Amino acid sequence: MAAHRVSPSLNRLLFAVKYASFQSGGCAVHCNAQYSTVHSPSEKTFDKILIANRGEIACRVMKTCHKMGIQTVAVHSDVDSSAVHVKMADEAVCVGPAPTSKSYLNMDAIMDAIRATGAQAVHPGYGFLSENKEFAKRLAAEGVAFIGPDTHAIMAMGDKIESKLIAKAANVNTIPGYDGVVKVWAHIQAFVLLLGYPVMIKASAGGGGKGMRIAWNAEETREGFRFSSQEAASSFGDDRLLIEKFIDNPRHIEIQVLADKHGNALWLNERECSIQRRNQKVVEEAPSTFLDPVTRRAMGEQAVQLAKAVQYSSAGTVEFLVDSKKNFYFLEMNTRLQVEHPITECITGLDLVEQMIRVAKGYQLQHKQEDIPINGWAIESRVYAEDPYKSFGLPSIGRLSKYQEPLNLSNVRVDSGIQEGSDISIYYDPMISKLVTYGATRAEALARMEDALDNYVIRGVTHNIPLLREIITHPRFISGDISTNFLPEVYPDGFKGHQLDLDTRRELLASAAALYITAQLRSQKVLGDLSPVECSRWELYVQLEDGSHSVEVTKSGNVEVDGGKVEVSGQWNLASPLLPLTINGTHRTLQCLSRDASGRILLQYLGTSFKVRVLSKLAAEFNSYMPEKVPEDTSSILRSPMPGTVVAVSVKPGDPVAEGQEICVIEAMKMQNSLTAVKQAKVKSVHCKPGETVGEGDLLVELE
Amino acid sequence: PAVIREHRDCRWYSVSHLSVKERIDKKRTAALVGGGQKRIDAQHKKGKLTARERVELLLDPESFVESDMFVEHRCSDFGMEQDRNKFPGDSVVTGRGRINGRLVYVFSQDFTVFGGSLSGAHAQKICKIMDQAMTVGAPVIGLNDSGGARIQEGVESLAGYADIFLRNVMASGVVPQISLIMGPCAGGAVYSPALTDFTFMVKDTSYLFITGPDVVKSVTNEDVTQEELGGAKTHTTVSGVAHHAFENDVEALLNVREFFNFLPLSNQDPAPMRECHDCSDRLVHSLDTIVPFETTKAYDMLDIIQTIVDESDFFEIMPSYAKNIVVGFARMNGRTVGIVGNQPKVASGCLDINSSVKGARFVRFCDAFNIPIITFVDVPGFLPGTAQEYGGIIRHGAKLLYAFAEATVPKITIITRKAYGGAYDVMSSKHLRGDVNYAWPTAEVAVMGAKGAVQIIFRGKENQAEAEAEYVEKFANPFPAAVRGFVDDIIEPSTTRKRICRDLEVLASKKQINPWKKHANIPL
Repeated sequence: MAAHRVSPSLNRLLFAVKYASFQSGGCAVHCNAQYSTVHSPSEKTFDKILIANRGEIACRVMKTCHKMGIQTVAVHSDVDSSAVHVKMADEAVCVGPAPTSKSYLNMDAIMDAIRATGAQAVHPGYGFLSENKEFAKRLAAEGVAFIGPDTHAIMAMGDKIESKLIAKAANVNTIPGYDGVVKVWAHIQAFVLLLGYPVMIKASAGGGGKGMRIAWNAEETREGFRFSSQEAASSFGDDRLLIEKFIDNPRHIEIQVLADKHGNALWLNERECSIQRRNQKVVEEAPSTFLDPVTRRAMGEQAVQLAKAVQYSSAGTVEFLVDSKKNFYFLEMNTRLQVEHPITECITGLDLVEQMIRVAKGYQLQHKQEDIPINGWAIESRVYAEDPYKSFGLPSIGRLSKYQEPLNLSNVRVDSGIQEGSDISIYYDPMISKLVTYGATRAEALARMEDALDNYVIRGVTHNIPLLREIITHPRFISGDISTNFLPEVYPDGFKGHQLDLDTRRELLASAAALYITAQLRSQKVLGDLSPVECSRWELYVQLEDGSHSVEVTKSGNVEVDGGKVEVSGQWNLASPLLPLTINGTHRTLQCLSRDASGRILLQYLGTSFKVRVLSKLAAEFNSYMPEKVPEDTSSILRSPMPGTVVAVSVKPGDPVAEGQEICVIEAMKMQNSLTAVKQAKVKSVHCKPGETVGEGDLLVELE
Repeated sequence: PAVIREHRDCRWYSVSHLSVKERIDKKRTAALVGGGQKRIDAQHKKGKLTARERVELLLDPESFVESDMFVEHRCSDFGMEQDRNKFPGDSVVTGRGRINGRLVYVFSQDFTVFGGSLSGAHAQKICKIMDQAMTVGAPVIGLNDSGGARIQEGVESLAGYADIFLRNVMASGVVPQISLIMGPCAGGAVYSPALTDFTFMVKDTSYLFITGPDVVKSVTNEDVTQEELGGAKTHTTVSGVAHHAFENDVEALLNVREFFNFLPLSNQDPAPMRECHDCSDRLVHSLDTIVPFETTKAYDMLDIIQTIVDESDFFEIMPSYAKNIVVGFARMNGRTVGIVGNQPKVASGCLDINSSVKGARFVRFCDAFNIPIITFVDVPGFLPGTAQEYGGIIRHGAKLLYAFAEATVPKITIITRKAYGGAYDVMSSKHLRGDVNYAWPTAEVAVMGAKGAVQIIFRGKENQAEAEAEYVEKFANPFPAAVRGFVDDIIEPSTTRKRICRDLEVLASKKQINPWKKHANIPL
């Protein structure tokens, strides 16, 4: 542990020790971080930086600050007061209650925090205030450095129409379309004829898919025009629209740029971000399998041209759509550090946060374009607390009862801002972490990702590891044949988890049976008691959803499943969530999610969790006499578990509720008890109101 | 089972034509099918296993050693003396065997023979194995599936019940006794399970009541079904008669096997130690943030228990009854421990009549069988109200107090948050001979919550808010208890497991003897 004691701050030290103990290997905190860990101390930047963000990105920024010897100030909401980013910081200021509008977006409170702590600069992370020109202006007015581009660049790139015009002027390829706001239908008609279908109509002020329509003919164009302007007006209070050619089945590839305040700008290669669901990225990689050096250079140079055109400084990202013929079109520019920046750091070796801090202080870039390498390959999986079986991911919430990052593996980087015991709440983004693996080749990085996902222990919330693992092992993904439509194309009926074939089913059944026998044998190892009858061969029946399988296990680890031989060996630690096994010579890490006395085992295998039940031959035979019982459905009814007073009712009839979402609060014995939905549903009726006294078992809310 | 299936009814034979050996074989074969294939099929149809199948599944393969297979009933009235009314072994299967290699005595009532009714012979068989269990010091597991007394035998049957009851009482505190109700159990028969340490039930197929629905209707004119009157749900949620209910026979038997692993064989044995794969010095980081900042906000005590004990393996006793207290068995570094915890999630974790009785009985079992007790305290006090006072919370609350006070096994207490008023004293406090008492930094040991205290101290005075703040500053923390030595240390929650494991090692040699008495007089 001595290796961690590098930081002078007690807080940080505690954090480091705490963090390190998650790892079985005792490896240093993020020793695998794939970016420059050296820093020249001669270059003085800031003494103290306030990080106006939370979660993993706040932690990420602080890591670099610590490396550079800069004091850090965290801001946090009241529910985040014991969050990792708060513990990691040298100072922390509470800026308001849980809702982001009252805390992380509360500019007054954050300005107060800056004054109170004497921070000289602010790193905004991504989201929240990172692209807020008003915030940047207020900082400038008080002489506090904003670690990001200047206000005019934020403004110029923040508007879709304006940014497109600037891009066009800077000789950047843009999607053919009407430059400017479309108003008169006749104009559009003429223009669309020129452009050819399909076309896309979108709100100028838009984002998140709102006010966006795709039209394949004149009729749809007319309708789309009407709907989009209505939607834009109601959503953004701005009904300006633009129209452009719709690029069908494109890839989303973006270029990382880095510029200083002296007119120097670099492109740090691309990131492939095509794997998306609902316009949110899921898996990213750098470099892209699709780009050849010529296209890469062309895209990079155009990105730099655009950056220079707006006198951009700091790190930024120019997003492009790339069609199947490698034509690329400017989409938008993000004037902040991107979520997926780590993969660029992996292949270039640069610490982007460090560079942003240097640039903000006014230093010139240290590198030349020819210094920027592509070393190896990096993949990033966004690990979310969400249920991938519902529209590729609906948020879930809960408490991380067990949490272990796969940092014992080499070339794995995990950017996270949570730890065992943290709550994933409804207030913030449900991202658990960014899992990054790195390798000399793409195949190596992918193999590591597979391993890392298998070794990632997350308990207490539903997570998307099943989906991530399926994506990175899918033949189309492996061959690089992807587009932004990858998920709906590959899983037209929704994601259903890993589908077992004959061999994998056998492996799963054999592992479950071997685990069961291990537990059985262990039960006999009681101190001082008579030794049990020796047994060296067990006949078992293992039930999987598709039926019952006969399994024979011998003491030496040979397993026969339905007559087929499987060899299973491994370290059987019944306390460990991880089961590192060798099955038929292949190394596989399974996870035991739960195990009970009735032989029910929940195993995570190939990313997906499978319910199995292991019974001895005798128990299986007897079990056939047991009647099937239909479980009573109580999930639709919420009753008061105790007598008390209703303090708050958080739903009304017709509201959709997520599993675990608070429905009402009952106060009893001066304790507030939050009652939550046990399933995702719509509220049918509400039978209580705040202030009312209720008895135990009283009906409170009915769900549909 | 193979034998059973091939068997054809072979109780009909003429004694004189057969050699002794053949007669032995015939009787044995007959005993194996109990009341015959038809009744076995009927039993299966009800979703129930036969008496022998249950024993087979409960015990390790081939470990069952049967006794009294040749015992027959001795009734000669009402045609019972006829050969066709004689069944070798009568209506119960008895013997000994092993569960994971550990000795256990078992009886299993056979519903296929006279509805499992209890004859003099039946009772005698049960008494015999109970006596043997007492002699060698091994637990007794009873699998109950009986229509009641053998009416034909009259008072002989009643005498049989009393013989069993007496043995239940004599064995109480000497060897663990477990009852698994797998069918009807009515009338006087219910008192045998009630006297044992643990009563488990099978959902939908088992019933326990003194008088059935028909009698209830005629006496009190209440309409009630068997299930409502004495089903598993009633007894595990409302009456507190049963300690756990399982889905079906197979699940129940497999779970009893698991449960058995926690128990010592007798009061002469220490709590069992099983091979443990969980590090005794494992830090549990999630505990550092588990207690919410707002003192009025609830959390789940089970989250604490499950992360601290070995392999998150916690066998909860009475999980659906008096849920404001959590009790059950777990292991620490392989050694069985009894866990008691207030549950802030339910009724704020207060103590009331039911939770006091539930806790007291569990604590006394642990004490009787040398199982160390670990207590997690977050208790705002006893539940106020007329229902509680009229119900006798004073005398029931005293039971828990009594149980903790008299217990001489190692006692480790962790105050996670509130320890208010008399309830603080009750919950295995230092004053009741707690061996090791810890407080988490979030602990508040006080007479009552700040608001109530200030209202009393500063009644009618101004500046109540200020006084409240002062009270909170002074008392809503672990220091008042720590400076007086009422807690031994204030510990980081993440280190709790490590400390308990270490303390238990030291306390393994604890010796404490209460003053001699004929027996103590717990306020029943």
